[in-house]
Amino acid sequence: MKSLLTFPKGGVHPPECKAQTQGLAIETMPVPDELELILGQHIGAPCTPTVAKRADVGEGGLIGEVTKGLGVPLHAPIAGKIKDIGMSVHPIRVSAPSITIAVDREAQPVQYEKQNWQQLDSAQLLAKVHEAGIIGIGGAGFPTHVKLKPPANSPVDTLILNGAECEPYITADHRVMLEQAASVVEGARIILKILGIKKCFIGIESNKPDAIAEMTKTAEQASSPDCTIKVEALQVKYPQGSEKQLIQAVTGRKVPAGALPSAVGVVVQNVGTAKAIFDAVVYGKPLYEKVVTISGKGIGRPANLQVKIGTKLKDIVDYLGGLQPGLSKIIMGGPMMGFAVSSLEVPVTKTTSAVLFLTEDEIDTRPHGQCIRCGWCLEACPMGLEPKEIAIYVEARRAEDTAQFGVFDCFECGSCSYVCPAKRPLVQFVRLAKMKAKRPQ
Amino acid sequence: MSKQQETDDQAVSPVGRWKVSLSPHLKSNESVEKIMWTVVACLVPPLVLSVFIFGIQTLFITAVSVISCVIVEAVSQKALGRRVTIKDGSAVLTGMLMAFVIPPGVSPLLPILAAIFAIYIGKHLLGGIGYNFFNPALLGRAFLLASFPVAMTSAWLPPVQDFAIFSYLGTQVDAVATATPLAVMKEHGMAAFTQTFGSGASLYSSFFLGWRPGCIGETSGFLLVLGGLYLMYRGYITWHIPVSLLGTIALLSWIFGGEGYFAGDPLLALLSGGALLGAFYMATDYVTSPSNKISQIVFGIGIGALTVLIRLKGGYPEGICYAILLMNPLSTVLDSFFKPQRFAPPVGGAK
Ligand code: SF4
Ligand code: SF4
Repeated sequence: MKSLLTFPKGGVHPPECKAQTQGLAIETMPVPDELELILGQHIGAPCTPTVAKRADVGEGGLIGEVTKGLGVPLHAPIAGKIKDIGMSVHPIRVSAPSITIAVDREAQPVQYEKQNWQQLDSAQLLAKVHEAGIIGIGGAGFPTHVKLKPPANSPVDTLILNGAECEPYITADHRVMLEQAASVVEGARIILKILGIKKCFIGIESNKPDAIAEMTKTAEQASSPDCTIKVEALQVKYPQGSEKQLIQAVTGRKVPAGALPSAVGVVVQNVGTAKAIFDAVVYGKPLYEKVVTISGKGIGRPANLQVKIGTKLKDIVDYLGGLQPGLSKIIMGGPMMGFAVSSLEVPVTKTTSAVLFLTEDEIDTRPHGQCIRCGWCLEACPMGLEPKEIAIYVEARRAEDTAQFGVFDCFECGSCSYVCPAKRPLVQFVRLAKMKAKRPQ
Repeated sequence: MSKQQETDDQAVSPVGRWKVSLSPHLKSNESVEKIMWTVVACLVPPLVLSVFIFGIQTLFITAVSVISCVIVEAVSQKALGRRVTIKDGSAVLTGMLMAFVIPPGVSPLLPILAAIFAIYIGKHLLGGIGYNFFNPALLGRAFLLASFPVAMTSAWLPPVQDFAIFSYLGTQVDAVATATPLAVMKEHGMAAFTQTFGSGASLYSSFFLGWRPGCIGETSGFLLVLGGLYLMYRGYITWHIPVSLLGTIALLSWIFGGEGYFAGDPLLALLSGGALLGAFYMATDYVTSPSNKISQIVFGIGIGALTVLIRLKGGYPEGICYAILLMNPLSTVLDSFFKPQRFAPPVGGAK
């Protein structure tokens, strides 16, 4: 067997914690009475509502549109009445404008017709992706149609589907690859056609052998001389799923600081996004539901749930048997890069990959001490930075002098804080540094 | 980008019943405490052996040293208004190492004074752990050597006979003065040396196992190396400093250490003068050694070269102690010189 691909510098091995959910089939959660859709789901300008209060909307109907700047439209995940257009609790931004839909229990679910996409050209396909409101659902939420239109001066030759899923606990992509392999692979073929290229790699960490087997089989069937789709098994190492690290592992190319992957001829899409593109193009179905891993010892029953965007955490908690004693932290996303939230009113967004209910013994709350200069953070940083130096500068109130340490290369993976024996909140220091330091131009 | 960060910070304030803090939410279960106590544990076997070699006096002097370091640490932290962190084991480790590098026959007053100097002045007045640029244990030893040169160079204990480990208790310290191997070699030449300590295989094995005069830390090369390997296995130290340091000592001693070139005895050079203790336990002290791997190698070579220089040309057979102290302050300089390699520079070169 050839050795597994990985990135060479840095990385850590946090406990995987996937056993609780990796064997659980995707389960569709019944729609709650009310959904709350945040208007700014993606990076860029938030949507402007296109519906008025008390209006009726159908499943998949347009409710928000981007009028200027970067962004994608927003759709109603279910038929119902617009109950309110106001402010909601946002997982990151504390509060954000949102639309609340009171679900119509009588309405029939929409049946989507399969359509033939082969005769559509790249621009038409791209328009469908845009209209369906698709954003990078595994990460920061960058509008996908923009990512699929790389600048003309950097020709792209490779597509990488990201199925690494390197964050502990999360198994949503794993289940999608296992249960919906054909859709994911066809999504990849659509993306290849949009980009006008022929080569796709699907990177999957080797701790998902069943998904690797399933995807390999499907990809081989879908491959043809003018379209090769190849599954690459990756070493289990965090942050294997980070764009730059994944590109390096699979192609050996290094994306320069401050540049996009297209600078080295690569476009990366999450496997979940490929599935959403498949739904949008083949069925004309907008992105309004997604698979989210619910896990941790603080929830009654862990699950891989297919939920409507806008489902509030409290409804998920009720459905899965309630909160358990000892719950200490609720995290949206993975434990390495996710955000802790303090309210169950927070709704699921297009970028939510997991909601973790962690108890005291699953997280670390030890107080931090002084740096002992052990250098472990240097070894762990996949970007070759010196987190300890950055932290010491910030502590000494010299945050503005930290540009020399390349703080803007940091993508806040948390590897440095993870390994630090003094438990120093290094990522927090780097964030502060980024706020004060001047971005090199 | 910055908008998002501002709001991140607001999110830090606890709003609900649950903890809200910034990512990552998982931390490895390593800690400063665990590292320090593991190193301490690695030093226990040589200490136990030293009791059988030199008698119970070694245990006594180690206890005095450790206890005084811990007390001085606690008092300094209290006095300076800092969190008292004696549980983290770093003061215990300093105490152990200090006892390991002073002659076991000295008066107990000496380690007490050394603890005050090393921990209060050498560590806490400079800002506490992480800010001390000299290895505290070696600083304490250097202080003693400067203040009590006679006791520090003569209070060696010869190995006891027939496991009579209590035999030195109560005897006058300077009555049992014995010369250490390197001092004998330096002052009386190779002939006297082989006469006193034997030669060939028996010489190496007595050095490796520890049956000869010296300080606790020089006794058993075997146990020290074993402990060092364990620390490497645990990932607490890496090969970079010990290998570059010992390699340099061996090479330079072989070239320059004998009568004429390439006639030195590299093995003897490694087994004596505390080289092993220094290489595995002192030069690798996180705070006072460089963090980058390349700087660590340069650091190790520097210490090795200085050690040989001091041993051959200077007046101190146990040159490694000074060599480490001389290189300590250079750690940060080396680190800022040999930066880790960034992932990829921006297009066009500049920052
Ligand atoms: S400095 Fe940034 S990129 Fe490097 S390990 Fe820390 S969080 Fe990750
Ligand atoms: S890992 Fe922590 S203690 Fe070690 S050098 Fe980095 S910041 Fe300092």
